Amino acid sequence: MPNNPTDLKYSESHEWVKVNGTEATMGVTAYAVEHLGDMVYAEFPDAGTVLSAGDIAGTLESVKAAADLFTPVGGTVTARNAAVIDDPALLNKDAYGSWLLKLTLSDPSQLDKLMDATTYDAYEASQ
Amino acid sequence: MEALIFELSCPGRIGHSLPEIDTDDYAAAIPAELRRESLDLPELSELDVMRHFVRLSQLNYSIDSGFYPLGSCTMKYNPKINEDAASLPGFYHLHPMQPEYEIQGALQIQYELQEMLMALAGMDACTLQPAAGAHGEFTGMALVRAYHRSRGDADRNLVLIPDSAHGTNPATCTSLGMTVMSLKTGADGNVDMTVLERALAENQGKVAGMMITVPSTLGQFEPNIVKIADLLHAAGALLYCDGANMNAMVGEIRPGDLGVDVLHINLHKTFTTPHGGGGPGSGPVACKAHLAPFLPTPVVAKEGDRYVMQTPEHTIGKVRAFWGNFGMHIRAYTYIRQQGASGLKQVSRDAVLNANYIRTQLQDTIPPAHDRPCMHEVVLTGKRLKQETGVKTLDVVKRLMDYGYHAPTIYFPLIVEECMLIEPTETESRETMDGFIAAMKAIVAEAHSDPELVKSAPHNTQLGRLDEVTAARDPKLRWLPSDPRDEESAWGSGRNPNLVSKLEPLTRD
Amino acid sequence: MVYSAHTSVVREEMLRAIGVQDIEELYVDVPAGKINAPINLPAPLSEPELIAEIRRISAQSADVLTHPAFLGAGAYNHFVPAAIRFIQQRGEFQTAYTPYQPELSQGTLQAIYELQTLVCELTGMEVTNAGMYDGSTSVAEAALMATVINRRKRIVVSDALHPHSIDVLRTYADGHKIEVIATPDPLATDLSDVAAVIVQQPDFFGRIADLRGAAEKIHAAGALFILVYYPIALGLLKSPGEYDADIAVGEGQPLGSGVNFGGPYNGLMSCKNQYVRSMPGRIVGQTKDTKGQRGYVLTLQTREQHIRREKATSNICTNSALIALGSTVYMCLMGKAGLKRVAELSYNRAHYLAEQVAKIPGYKLHFDAPFFNEFVVEAPIAPADLNKRLWDEAGIIGGYDVSDRVPNGWLLCATEMTTRAQIEQLVSLLQRYAEEK
Repeated sequence: MPNNPTDLKYSESHEWVKVNGTEATMGVTAYAVEHLGDMVYAEFPDAGTVLSAGDIAGTLESVKAAADLFTPVGGTVTARNAAVIDDPALLNKDAYGSWLLKLTLSDPSQLDKLMDATTYDAYEASQ
Repeated sequence: MEALIFELSCPGRIGHSLPEIDTDDYAAAIPAELRRESLDLPELSELDVMRHFVRLSQLNYSIDSGFYPLGSCTMKYNPKINEDAASLPGFYHLHPMQPEYEIQGALQIQYELQEMLMALAGMDACTLQPAAGAHGEFTGMALVRAYHRSRGDADRNLVLIPDSAHGTNPATCTSLGMTVMSLKTGADGNVDMTVLERALAENQGKVAGMMITVPSTLGQFEPNIVKIADLLHAAGALLYCDGANMNAMVGEIRPGDLGVDVLHINLHKTFTTPHGGGGPGSGPVACKAHLAPFLPTPVVAKEGDRYVMQTPEHTIGKVRAFWGNFGMHIRAYTYIRQQGASGLKQVSRDAVLNANYIRTQLQDTIPPAHDRPCMHEVVLTGKRLKQETGVKTLDVVKRLMDYGYHAPTIYFPLIVEECMLIEPTETESRETMDGFIAAMKAIVAEAHSDPELVKSAPHNTQLGRLDEVTAARDPKLRWLPSDPRDEESAWGSGRNPNLVSKLEPLTRD
Repeated sequence: MVYSAHTSVVREEMLRAIGVQDIEELYVDVPAGKINAPINLPAPLSEPELIAEIRRISAQSADVLTHPAFLGAGAYNHFVPAAIRFIQQRGEFQTAYTPYQPELSQGTLQAIYELQTLVCELTGMEVTNAGMYDGSTSVAEAALMATVINRRKRIVVSDALHPHSIDVLRTYADGHKIEVIATPDPLATDLSDVAAVIVQQPDFFGRIADLRGAAEKIHAAGALFILVYYPIALGLLKSPGEYDADIAVGEGQPLGSGVNFGGPYNGLMSCKNQYVRSMPGRIVGQTKDTKGQRGYVLTLQTREQHIRREKATSNICTNSALIALGSTVYMCLMGKAGLKRVAELSYNRAHYLAEQVAKIPGYKLHFDAPFFNEFVVEAPIAPADLNKRLWDEAGIIGGYDVSDRVPNGWLLCATEMTTRAQIEQLVSLLQRYAEEK
């Protein structure tokens, strides 16, 4: 059984979100990274970009796969993780320590639709 | 290893022989604002260049050197007479802009090739313009779009594509501004008719057509193909056939008889024009009469005893400069004239025979994805082997290289886990296939007895597995003098690193 | 079937090994009545009969080696050193597939890497791909690439681009609702909202221009500068990189290919480093193997259709690798001195031709602009009639008829293959025709 961090919320497309007041930090789960393989490239929208829940919020690429990153929550991009853009391999080392985007939430109630760690563990195991 | 050509360069060395300037030197007066200051191309003798590229060629695997069972690519023998034909000066040195009266021979080849492809495809019209298979897809689907537009049916922009399709199919639709709906393939590897019917019902008036590969990328003939065509036509949509797998049908089955409206044909597969390490290809498109008015310009026609270029009435325009990959047209023409209808029928029958031979001889070793007769190629799955030994399909095919075979296509089609797609083609002998079958059996045995040996393969090739991750993370896409990533010699030193590397002790196992 | 290794006995044995009696049992999934289709083709020919037949057909065409030729218009009869075809016809290059298995394809991969380097050097650009189908599709793909980069939908193109390139661009632009504006003076056009400006140098009429300052103006409007070049001309003329082009494309045929009735050719495509992830086509990168040895692989493949499918920037797959190999060998044989010499010879002979033709009564150079190896003359009679007469009376392949663009316009071309004697023969015939009046 997987064992994902309990302080995060999860989406069905394998993003994680950490909330601090109205600020959300998002990344992708260890399962997603494992599935994609060795990461070679990451690209995210500029700070100031306004996103709705479900929008494409960047691209992650390994040698033989490319995946769009979807934001599970809407908001305005405030920061992107330059360290991951410089060295996408950080994601392979620690998916939960390598955040990708920070957003100011437009509608915190969207968080309610996300899974908690226990639910996501089961979801991941079913994939 | 072979040095880069730049590392072999020696200042002042000459590898060409050109006339002296025998007019006034007008070029000396080109003003400085138009003139370039430096051009650092390498400087080598003709022998330097010959040896370099001959040595490079020896690092390649090819049909001429061994068995190349690369599924969906039809790596059959490319007859050498094709090369003689294409090298004739009346073809190779014919200028595309010469007037019609100077190019009748070339137009005759094109006209007759169009006619022969129409006969083989069961179609009414043909263009030789497309430069490759994907370019043929682009052209063929542009015809479909133009057809709907001409009927005031411009909302038809959705294209249905089975999820087993080659990536060029969906990419083609996108390059035409069309939208793709992927259809999940049924468990038996065929089109799921319920899924298709639902897609048509839910998108009434929106479906432009369906792109389907016949036989499918799984090497299976679609049993419902005629019904699929009927369903599409009843819904006002058209059926496009990706003819990449024509080698299973040539001389035997005409796609036009199955209800196909338009297809492309890869001359560099079925019709023996060499693949060239990635082209040039040629992707003629054949279609039924209702699409003929939209064909790209020009098509070649015969008026009395003259061959002429014509522009179809509602042409989609030009898809490339000039008149198609003519050099490939000659080769395909030569091949078809040598085979005739009877020869081509034997081609597809032997292709089917050989694929089924491999399927049945390997079924207890690496099972086929679907337990039924295949057409010209077979999909095997290494899923069980991976579960039992941890050895992946990638490892198996890398080990095949040690046994002297090229890898089959792997991880395509995407919908079969740990798959390998094997296409022996009709030109291979039973002895060759028996050798391949024995190698596969030996590798599976190794996977059980010594999995690490297989996982670290290849061992006998000049290079081991290459680090594709670093190549993509830190792209080095050209040689530059004194790049720290090249430990070899620098531009212009004249030192030959080949010599050095050959003096080093062999470390290969 | 000539190339089968199977005897009828072997076929029977294989059928038994498969477990069927008859080959048609393997066609279980083919709908009834759809096999054994009647197909009407000419009867098969043996190899000697066949080559005789092909030679007979080939003789119905007149090639530019046997006949004096003054035809360019996008396809150029430059010298093809013998070594090139020898290398291209080596089975190891010719009968290999796309280099998806790098351990078995280092020859093709390294040759492409060398091409990328050579074309970067030739064009002054930072990155180059493995090639496209031809020059015209390179132009179209470059335009689409620009629209992806800056998300704009208008392309301004000089109307002196090769007409086929403009036609192909329009075909490619159609599905994307991209507006293509062809104009005599792209830089005088309103460039707001324009994705890219496309200029050809030398242009279709052979003219060359000082393009300094063009990029600055185009960039100020937020557009990209796409420069279409003639690779031989870069032996003498400033490169796209020196003009600060963002994307440079060209027809590779003049670099080591015969004119081949229009194909196969090879499209060259380069760009600035910052745009490499939007570039279509294959790209080879250098890396190392497990033992630390230098090697080459296809890289940045996530741009391509086999991974991105409907999200790919282009559907291109098979391109023109063997023709690109010919260009690689050509540039290595020519080197810095040879390419410059070919350019000088082409330039000089075209200028000699122009000077001589312009002296003939009734002939006049149409443009004042500097030109490379091709120029438009206004002829006293219809160029089509002139070409026919030259052909009928002297076996000369004349110039390209551009009377749809310039009244009685005749586009003449010379290369290092056009000898001084051929030029003088043409001039004396034109002189004679002029005196007949």
